[in-house]
Amino acid sequence: MNYVADVRALARKDLLLELRARDTLPAMLLFVVATFVVFHFSLPAHSSRLAASGLLWVAIVFTALLGLGRAFVPEREQRVLDGLVLAPCDRSAIWVAKAIATLAFLSAAEVVALPVFALFFHGLRGATVAGMLLADVGICAVGTFLGAMAVATRARDLLLPLLFLPLAIPIVVGGVGASVVAAPGRYLGFLALYDVLFGVLCWASFEYVVTE
Amino acid sequence: MIRARKLGKRFGDKRVLRAVDLDVPDGAFAVVTGPNGSGKTTLLRLCAGLALPSDGQLEVGVPRARIGYLAHEPLVYRELTALENLELYGRLYRVPERRERIGMLLERFGLWEARHERVGSYSRGMTQRLALCRVLLHEPELLVLDEPYTALDAAGAGLLDVQLAELHRERTLLVSTHDPDRVDSLATTRLALA
Repeated sequence: MNYVADVRALARKDLLLELRARDTLPAMLLFVVATFVVFHFSLPAHSSRLAASGLLWVAIVFTALLGLGRAFVPEREQRVLDGLVLAPCDRSAIWVAKAIATLAFLSAAEVVALPVFALFFHGLRGATVAGMLLADVGICAVGTFLGAMAVATRARDLLLPLLFLPLAIPIVVGGVGASVVAAPGRYLGFLALYDVLFGVLCWASFEYVVTE
Repeated sequence: MIRARKLGKRFGDKRVLRAVDLDVPDGAFAVVTGPNGSGKTTLLRLCAGLALPSDGQLEVGVPRARIGYLAHEPLVYRELTALENLELYGRLYRVPERRERIGMLLERFGLWEARHERVGSYSRGMTQRLALCRVLLHEPELLVLDEPYTALDAAGAGLLDVQLAELHRERTLLVSTHDPDRVDSLATTRLALA
């Protein structure tokens, strides 16, 4: 129960910080909507569903990257991560809470982004939304983990995309697959497997990321 | 409480701490002095458990839950209020009767009236006082204080003098400072880093 209480307290803090600073969510919203507008005018008319789905997933991955890049900024600015690491709670609770907060921001951005996408392109299938829900979990789990690694380095702004994008390739493959095929079950299962596998790996390894 | 033998720390090729021996018995008030770059902060980070030694041995006789660490930075969120910051740490440290303890500390350090203001609006001295509240919140057995007088005005420094004298009666302290005269009357162990 302590673990859940720690995660709740830390996630609440992250949401409160965003509510006060409004650094992350507006930037994510602006980026994803602007991307769809740009592609709406740059893609040829009557472009295929496959091309539009690819665009949707690329936009979502880069929007997530924007949020992930800012995830540990409050901790970095005041070195607060030292204070959290010293606390007697399980250190993985820091990762879980940060991933939950990032998931909330990404989901909020998608609540606006998906209708815009449906308006500009080919509408939305249920499988696309289901795939996105599963993909969001994987993106936030892996991205938050890598964000914590990158924040300790000088080249953090460069390092996060370099580490994250290769690991996001399976998510894009699964997401696009779920969006375009007639029977998306296999792709959704693939995304769920990715979430479980990388979620457990990140959860178990986070301690080593935040300690020397 | 703390025992270090030939303790060393390197960052890449750069050696920042070399063969330090340190004994801090229970209830001691250990003062670490030395010029900038002599490794005071690194030594304190090692003792607080925030870094691992590159060489030598270090034993700290308390779990991390019982250590209070004051860093150069206050380790609080600027966008949160003093009350919100202390609430967060109080929950993570499982402080019993958290609200009462937080209220008592904020009053003692003269921050009660400003408890609902965001820390970003605080002066450097007020932030340092809040950092001291954070350090004392969970009533740690071992206090590791890195230049605690930094940014405090005369009133704040006087308050800290009183606090340190009180804490010395029942706790172990490891304090780094550029002003050893200030804590000389309390010091029981001294270490000068070159």
